Amino acid sequence: MADPVLSIQNLHKSFGALKATDGVSIDLHPGEIHALIGPNGAGKSTLIHQICGTVKPDSGTITLAGREIGRLPVAERARLGLGRTFQISSLAGEFSALRNVMLAVQAGQGSSFAFFKPVMRDRSLTDAAMDRLERVGLAARANVTASELSHGEKRQLEIAIALALDVKAFLLDEPMAGMGPEGSKVLTGFLDSLRQEAPILLVEHDMDAVFALADRISVLVYGRVIATGTVNEIRNDPAVRQAYLGDHA
Amino acid sequence: MSRENILNLVLALALLAVPYIAQAAGQPFTITLATRIAILALAATGLNIALGLGGLVSFGHAAFFGVGGYVAGILSSHAFSGDPMLFGLPGSKQMLVVWLVAMGTAGLLGLAIGVISLRTSGVYFIMITLAFAQMVYYFAMSWPAYGGEDGLSIVVRNQFPGVNTMRPMNFFMICYGVLLVGIVLSALIRSSRFGAALQAVRQNDVRVAAVGISPMPIRLTAFVLSAMLTAVAGALYADLNRFVSPSMLSWHMSGELIVLIILGGTGRLMGPVAGAALYVIFEHLLGGLTERWQFFLGLILLATVLFARGGLIGLIAGKVRHG
Ligand SMILES: Nc1ncnc2c1ncn2[C@@H]1O[C@H](COP(=O)(O)OP(=O)(O)OP(=O)(O)O)[C@@H](O)[C@H]1O
Ligand SMILES: [Mg+2]
Repeated sequence: MADPVLSIQNLHKSFGALKATDGVSIDLHPGEIHALIGPNGAGKSTLIHQICGTVKPDSGTITLAGREIGRLPVAERARLGLGRTFQISSLAGEFSALRNVMLAVQAGQGSSFAFFKPVMRDRSLTDAAMDRLERVGLAARANVTASELSHGEKRQLEIAIALALDVKAFLLDEPMAGMGPEGSKVLTGFLDSLRQEAPILLVEHDMDAVFALADRISVLVYGRVIATGTVNEIRNDPAVRQAYLGDHA
Repeated sequence: MSRENILNLVLALALLAVPYIAQAAGQPFTITLATRIAILALAATGLNIALGLGGLVSFGHAAFFGVGGYVAGILSSHAFSGDPMLFGLPGSKQMLVVWLVAMGTAGLLGLAIGVISLRTSGVYFIMITLAFAQMVYYFAMSWPAYGGEDGLSIVVRNQFPGVNTMRPMNFFMICYGVLLVGIVLSALIRSSRFGAALQAVRQNDVRVAAVGISPMPIRLTAFVLSAMLTAVAGALYADLNRFVSPSMLSWHMSGELIVLIILGGTGRLMGPVAGAALYVIFEHLLGGLTERWQFFLGLILLATVLFARGGLIGLIAGKVRHG
């Protein structure tokens, strides 16, 4: 198998007495969607936060395309190719949807230290941003202030922003949450095609989406990976059924 | 043209018209008032880059305002005495030189203060910037070479090529011109890539970092630019009064600049002009009626914060529109 794009080795993180990440190792291979599932509070978001750099691990390594990134600042990791969405939408609330994406395009183009040229007249920014909005089906809402978008639209905007970056690995934290069945179906189709651009580490509670999309699934419980395998392996794993899936499988 | 742009134009023209009318009506003191408005507006335009665009509530911008003033005073006093300054450099009577030195000095000071205080945020940032400004204040108080607490007089106002700066109208036009340049620069910054990143940092710095832009260099650059612009205003203020003293460095001054911005409209391009005009007019009218005019200013400020968060500009032109 080819080298993993993203490799997490033996990661540990405690909040006081709580072991939120307890020796987690996960690989993300080119072209795959690797789903991370587990009950509420299992430590899924905490793991994503450590990969992105917003939470510092106690120990362990994180490598992206062969490079150790575990000690780099958040922005540096993003520049190296981590494209994330937040479980709770995190946008520049006063900016329009378009300007939120433009900021990412601008970041991807390199410097933000240009002081005189108006961004709204810079076609390289507006066109690229509009293109990303079209891809996620949000073009009609381009000029709406981000804080006024609906919950689902905010999730779409998060993805449009990630698409604007030169991404080596996507980290999507519950992109379907609050989307509604129709939205989830559309997004599932979209993510299915997205894996060709870059592999996806997908945190998701929507099991229909997970089973439809995932090449592999890791199950996280109390900060530990209790199983990793294909959809079928995970569905039939008795420990997983007991800890998480219950009768869903 | 948007409502805000029309309002901006009206404000700019009104500020220009007032001294001409005053001149015709034989009211030279009004020209001084208008000049004061232009200078304070410029200082607040500088602060507005950090505070309005970047959300950096600096309670220490008097340091940059005062440093600009002291640069004007010190350079001109050396030019008069002929004594060399630091490193044997000569003084200067030229405003253009004074402004450049003021910007350079304030820029370096802003860099030093910014590097340390931008590690904090919220109330801590407010307190640290205040503490730094107070250090500069006490330094000036205890520096006898340049007048200590008595301050330093500027015997003859600094010069500008081809203009007799001692005539009030001419000096007003210089201040007004510099103010316009400051406003145009800040308008350009606001709509640029840097401005986009800066305003996004204010709204959500986690989001900015997640797209790969480091918030710290953005904030630091804004802080330094802001300091430099405010310092030019300080130099003009010293030339207006032909006097500079530690009071320009005091925390009252920092507070006054913040008040101007809030009155006019935080983050609005012409907020500082509207705020400075309101402030100077209040000070002049109420100050003539009662010594307690600042009490009434406090009431107005309170009303602004409670009922008109966008200040005067917001009240008339509505909410901010981001292209
Ligand atoms: N900054 C923090 N300080 C202390 N405890 C934290 C912190 N962040 C997370 N936790 C705790 O760590 C555990 C894991 O939280 P995390 O958000 O990673 O769970 P999750 O798997 O994403 O859950 P969900 O499915 O509800 O999103 C929880 O018990 C949470 O309360
Ligand atoms: Mg979570």
